Amino acid sequence: MSKSFKAVNVKTPSIDGKGIMMGRPAFTDDLALKDSLIIKVLRSPHAFAKIVSIDTKKAEELAGVEIVLTHKDFKRNAYTRAGQGYPEPSPHDKFPLDEYVRYVGDEVAAVAAVDEATALEALSLIEVEYEKLTPVLDFEQAKGHESIIHPEEDIYEMFPIGFDPKKNVAAAYSMEVGDVERTLKESDVVVEESFYTQAQAHVMLEPHTVNAHIDYQDRLVLYSATQTPFHVRRILSQTLEIPLSKIRVIKPRVGGGFGGKQAIHGEMLAAAITKRTGKPSKLTYTRKEVFESSCTRHPMRLDMKIGATKDGKITGIDCYGLSDTGAYGEHALTVFMVTGSKVLPLYNKVDSVRFHGDVVYTNTVSSGAFRGYGAIQGNYALESIVDMLAEKLGMDPMELRQKNMILENETSPIFEIMGEGTEGTAMNMDSCKLDYCVKRGMELIDYKNKYPKRKVSDHKVRSIGGAIAMQGSGIPYIDMGAAILKLNDDGFYNLMVGATEIGQGSDTILAQIAAEQLGVDVSKVIVYSSDTDLTPFDPGAYASSTTYVSGNAVLKAAKEMRSMVIAEAARSLEVDIERIEFDGEVFRVKGEDDKITLSDLSNRLYYNEDQKQLVATGSYYGTKSPPPFMAGFVEVEVDLETGEYDVLDYVSVVDCGTTINPELARGQVEGGIVQGLGMAVTEDVHYAKNGKLITSDMLNYKIPTNLTLKKLTTEFADSYEESGPYGAKSVGEIGIDTPPAAIANAIYNATGVRIKTLPVTSEKILKRLKDKEI
Amino acid sequence: MKVNATINGMKRVLDVQPDEYLVDTLRRYNYLSVRRGCDTTSCGVCTILVDDQPVPSCAYLSVRADGKTITTVEGIPKHAEKLSEHFGETGADQCGFCNSGIALSVYALQKSGKGITDETLRHYLVGHLCRCTGYQAQHQAIKKYLGDSDE
Repeated sequence: MSKSFKAVNVKTPSIDGKGIMMGRPAFTDDLALKDSLIIKVLRSPHAFAKIVSIDTKKAEELAGVEIVLTHKDFKRNAYTRAGQGYPEPSPHDKFPLDEYVRYVGDEVAAVAAVDEATALEALSLIEVEYEKLTPVLDFEQAKGHESIIHPEEDIYEMFPIGFDPKKNVAAAYSMEVGDVERTLKESDVVVEESFYTQAQAHVMLEPHTVNAHIDYQDRLVLYSATQTPFHVRRILSQTLEIPLSKIRVIKPRVGGGFGGKQAIHGEMLAAAITKRTGKPSKLTYTRKEVFESSCTRHPMRLDMKIGATKDGKITGIDCYGLSDTGAYGEHALTVFMVTGSKVLPLYNKVDSVRFHGDVVYTNTVSSGAFRGYGAIQGNYALESIVDMLAEKLGMDPMELRQKNMILENETSPIFEIMGEGTEGTAMNMDSCKLDYCVKRGMELIDYKNKYPKRKVSDHKVRSIGGAIAMQGSGIPYIDMGAAILKLNDDGFYNLMVGATEIGQGSDTILAQIAAEQLGVDVSKVIVYSSDTDLTPFDPGAYASSTTYVSGNAVLKAAKEMRSMVIAEAARSLEVDIERIEFDGEVFRVKGEDDKITLSDLSNRLYYNEDQKQLVATGSYYGTKSPPPFMAGFVEVEVDLETGEYDVLDYVSVVDCGTTINPELARGQVEGGIVQGLGMAVTEDVHYAKNGKLITSDMLNYKIPTNLTLKKLTTEFADSYEESGPYGAKSVGEIGIDTPPAAIANAIYNATGVRIKTLPVTSEKILKRLKDKEI
Repeated sequence: MKVNATINGMKRVLDVQPDEYLVDTLRRYNYLSVRRGCDTTSCGVCTILVDDQPVPSCAYLSVRADGKTITTVEGIPKHAEKLSEHFGETGADQCGFCNSGIALSVYALQKSGKGITDETLRHYLVGHLCRCTGYQAQHQAIKKYLGDSDE
């Protein structure tokens, strides 16, 4: 299956790692103009309130304050911060500033001043009178609650998404294949259980950061730590009514995103302030603001029912979901749909399957995009209940999976029914090595000898848990990525992409794809990303799309560039194109000694004869979204006296097609695994009774450290996806999906206690163990 | 207030506010490798060396730097470059927002003369949170770097 490559699928260090390590200016705040006004935001102390009056006079009079903005300063143009393609599948339910505040941390007013101390003092001088309203803090009570979080009339959905704000419903969805109730009734064995997932925080290490200035052509220029520069430009233009042509958004180096920077955060206020004052401004969220006032993963309750014949054929799956979108409806529908569409097809041989439910508003931190994007929630529920079903059937859980899971060349009706906000796209699994992933994963974890558990001391047990997962590769027929290649004198290339490097290594792997096609070393492809003026369009870094969608665009541009240089070489050597042989550096005439190097040819084209600039463009949108697959296995050691446990080893075997850059692909998987382990093990979220987030700093919200787990074992299946660039599928999200279920299954195997609410903490295990004793 | 400090081998007189933290002072003086990741000394991003000891500069008042020797990653370019090669080898590079701080802690460990084992390395670097890599590739890269430097 594997093919032989020179630039892809070979060890290639990141093209930018050295400069970043050496501390060279690269990130948004490094590039802010020195005299930028400092923006600070007054945030709501109430979970739900109406601003009765707001007096900014004292703040405005403070020396050093440039401007104070409140909701009175903005035209009421509803928008969504989601940062998606247009029209968005998220409701337009947010205003730059509003007379209502809908969670503790919501924006009330913004100040721009000469320095931070002045801006903070000005905030304290703003006098706000609130009419406190009854907040909706429990998402299971939200639908039809007497308190309506979005009572305003001037908000709307862009197309039908089940938006019903008067009932606190941001979106709703329902689909059914077959008759699931009948199927379950006729099944020999049925298991039913509800699962809860928490509002995981992204905790990218660079906080949300933006700066703005007006350039010498009188255009508004923003540097932003964003995953979606083109969407940011469009949303700013539509909301602030600035012509699109007057805005430039530059994405410098970004310090991690994980979906958190898909949305617009500080850009709206920075753009408005610089536009009004004509002065440069900058806004960097404090870490508390990142936790309290950006977005989180959608918390969900998933009510699962699964049926099977007594010999272990899964007959039907029924999933009702209730998702909490918080104060605003960013990604409400699409995250919810992915909870079904990138989870349920794993068991494609069922007679019936149903997925339905609501996404409700609450007066808590807004939910948004986050790596895994619904799939991790669904995976936890499904892969937990599959283990429960196996126990009831008296079967090995991996054997049950192997018997029922999706295989190469198979399909699922769900692919055609469910897309992201719209209908889906039918597709066959042209590349699916899930069977290999499971088999190899079982070998690596030593399943045969270690499953389900072994006693290692009088109170310590080691156990194994597993789960399988799938994701997607971009959003077919919606998201288009583009690339431009330019030939320079001396024979090197510039690659300009809108694809958004945020630390995942996309600049490097896109350079590798171009280099492979052009036959040159990666160092001959100079990458620039992304800038709405200088690079072609790309939706941005989300939906596991960059390798597959943007990578295909780069491949197309590189193929065109290759034929262009060959045509110019033929002209220069005065032979037919068919007679040219080209290894990337030298053009030779077949059977003759005549030759010209690319360097000489490009110099000739620049300065001497047939002068011209060679530029090639490629753009691509997917017509399917080939899923990467993986099997994950964890070994834990549990102390039965305390409920504490150590994660000893996490085995991942991944089918992501060709790994364009094997080391960086491994980095994506391992980073995803550890982020998923955070959700599974350590990252507990707590709100106070008044709706204030308590876990709003890194002391109280505990992401994994280098002591959290002992060992990661990561391998890739030999797989080739014909539709992908050099056989590649995506790898950005797949790693995060399995840890919650794998951990819950391992803990059950060790203790007999099944934790159905994430995270799986020692306290929960111990409490359940004690309950069992009674 | 005036603070006299040696920064990356150069004597500087810094003009600072009494309540200013060193991360902000250093950024103001264009040592842009020093970046803020949190404000509770939890993440390790803002790590600098004060008299060769790793310190979170987000909680170190600038006035305390008077008479001290400060090192940022701009001051150890050869070490940082070498370490970056090892990060490249193992695929430990991702966003890199935490990398400059890590480079300084690794440098401090190197200078401390303490023995390098998996355990000392983990404990020495536990203050550097990373949300991208899963830590293992970083750990492998640093271990190889320290091994190479020993030879």
